Amino acid sequence: MLDLILFYFFATLAIVSAVLVVTRRNAVHSAIFLITALLATAGIFLQLQAEFVFIVQIILYVGGIMVLFVFVIMLVNLDVTLRQMQFNRGWLVGLVLAVALGAQLAYALFLGRNVQLTGPAGGELSAQNTEQVGQVLFQNYLLPFEIASILLLVAMIGAVVMAKKRI
Amino acid sequence: MNALVEFFRPHLLPLLYAVVIVAVLPLIAGYIVLLERKIMADMQARLGPMRVGPHGLLQPIADAVKLLIKEDIIPENADRWIFWLAPLLSVTAGMLALAAFPFGPAFQIADLNIGLLFILGISSMGIFGIVLGGWASNSHYSLLGALRSAAQLVSYETAAGMAVVGGLLLAGTLSTRRIVEMQAEQGTWFIFLAPIAFFTYLVASIAETNRAPFDLPEAESELVAGYMTEYSGFRWALYFLAEYTNMVVVASVATTLFLGGWLRPFPGTTWLNFLDYTPPLLMLLLAGYCFYRTPRQPVKVQQGFLAAVGLLCLLLAVILALPLLPLAVGGIEAQSLRPAIHGGFWFLFKVFAYMYVFMWLRFTFPRYRFDQLMKLGWHFLIPVSIVNVMGIGVALVLDREAGWPLWQALVLTTLLTLAVAAYLAVVGERKDSAAVGGAERSA
Amino acid sequence: MVPTSHYLFLSLALFTIGVVGVVTRRNVIIILMSIELILNAVNINLVAFAHLWKQVSGQVFAIFIITDAAAEAAVGLGIIIAFFRNRETVLADEMDLLKW
Repeated sequence: MLDLILFYFFATLAIVSAVLVVTRRNAVHSAIFLITALLATAGIFLQLQAEFVFIVQIILYVGGIMVLFVFVIMLVNLDVTLRQMQFNRGWLVGLVLAVALGAQLAYALFLGRNVQLTGPAGGELSAQNTEQVGQVLFQNYLLPFEIASILLLVAMIGAVVMAKKRI
Repeated sequence: MNALVEFFRPHLLPLLYAVVIVAVLPLIAGYIVLLERKIMADMQARLGPMRVGPHGLLQPIADAVKLLIKEDIIPENADRWIFWLAPLLSVTAGMLALAAFPFGPAFQIADLNIGLLFILGISSMGIFGIVLGGWASNSHYSLLGALRSAAQLVSYETAAGMAVVGGLLLAGTLSTRRIVEMQAEQGTWFIFLAPIAFFTYLVASIAETNRAPFDLPEAESELVAGYMTEYSGFRWALYFLAEYTNMVVVASVATTLFLGGWLRPFPGTTWLNFLDYTPPLLMLLLAGYCFYRTPRQPVKVQQGFLAAVGLLCLLLAVILALPLLPLAVGGIEAQSLRPAIHGGFWFLFKVFAYMYVFMWLRFTFPRYRFDQLMKLGWHFLIPVSIVNVMGIGVALVLDREAGWPLWQALVLTTLLTLAVAAYLAVVGERKDSAAVGGAERSA
Repeated sequence: MVPTSHYLFLSLALFTIGVVGVVTRRNVIIILMSIELILNAVNINLVAFAHLWKQVSGQVFAIFIITDAAAEAAVGLGIIIAFFRNRETVLADEMDLLKW
């Protein structure tokens, strides 16, 4: 019972925040609503017993990526953009197409809502979520982990080169 | 109805602790400000606030009343909603982080599996309070101060995180309660096993809380007051409260991870068990000093006040001494309360000692220039922290696989990291003086 | 127990809102924020299935996606800053140097 209440609370918060993200005129307001949406998503992760992903979401997404976004919004802040059109010329077509895509996926989900999918057998989620994630990450997924670290290095160099005034 | 009560029962005690913390923290923050002014005065050979109340003890009350009755000014083109939200974010982030600390074995709001990571994450959310506050004020000083402060916080967050990871490797767990219990099992505080990590965390936490010598973003001679420039009255009081709450949070992290939490010094050595009797003795000494100085006060009011403080210390000494006696009152053994009461005392003692070091450093060193600050963070602290983490990892592997005793491997790690730090410092000096020399030659 | 389909519907809703944001808005930064919404929707999906089948690989994949999103946001924002320095605009409609 409490699970359902918590889920509906986080879900409503996430969806309302998401709608506000894509409709605000002021980019800083959008950023703040994106922060709330990310926090609601983190709450959903916690409810799904994924504590490590919850805290990684808060540290990296909210505390890292969103700070970067707010910095850039403040650096490119143009008062002029606040008075121009915020939706592009083909907004109606885009909206219709996106809603059609969503409706198709929703129909597929609705048809399959009671199907019992059986995944790989023999799994179990231990109460020590961080330790288990660490074990699986460093035993089974070591190569993707190293590739991800190289990816971050490349992204760091790329971002520094892009934003430098004189190379 | 019964089911509702039964449902909330396991949450009642944490709720009580939470209410106690939220209610008591603003008062304590106010008195920490007074304490800082008194310590500053002592280090500058003067007396500090003495007028409001005996020895200035009612000064925080006077400050709070003044701030609350001030006019609430909002700049003209400021974004009202974000202007209102920003101090709230800072204070919320600070207070939320206090939920995961064990202030003694019996006083903890929530023993999370990911306790320490939770605290780091929530502290990184405090950056938003600063950035949004500076932006919403619609003023150059605020924006520049906020950007500088946020850049500083983000840089030193990495160094602080790496230092914490160094301590976490020794603990093997993220739960704050288990970390203190691991220190009890090892028989020694982690500061003796990983001193470089502790000192890196000390420096990084000073930068994290915008304290001197890293307080360029909010120093009065630099950017007026940085992101706090346009805030007045109660909103400023909230930012101030957030800053001192952050100080308590970083002090608590250092205490839990490196200084043994609620354990007495050297918890493992049995021949030092007489140290268990130190808390009541300390309080007795303080009470004795207060009573000794009472007759020498010039004014009757101050005499009465000092006698009252002495009585308070005596009362605390009695409370701390009770669990040491073999009593049994109403079915509860007095000895069983000893970990809780003495644990709380040791934790608060260490937190205040750490904050005293903060204040000491503030009134001793001149301010860092912003580029020097960033250079220190990125070119010195982060490489040293990373080398330290790798060294501790290697030391742990040597301990488990090759059978070296842990403390030997850790001594080697410390020496290696010190060598790297010395090399970085020397190279940094040479580059700095070369740059200055080059600029002088070309000028 | 919340049935997994609830989480999948939430993920779908966030995904659709993100797609609407990408396709409809002019401000490039808000387009990037909508992309972050899409990535979050995928994360919810993965973690929901990890919970259903009691595997931890879904959570590991979600962590990789968060790492990827960080890298992509950093590079994307660097590009926006570089473009803004040259053309003084952040509106996608006005970034039309390559049009005929």
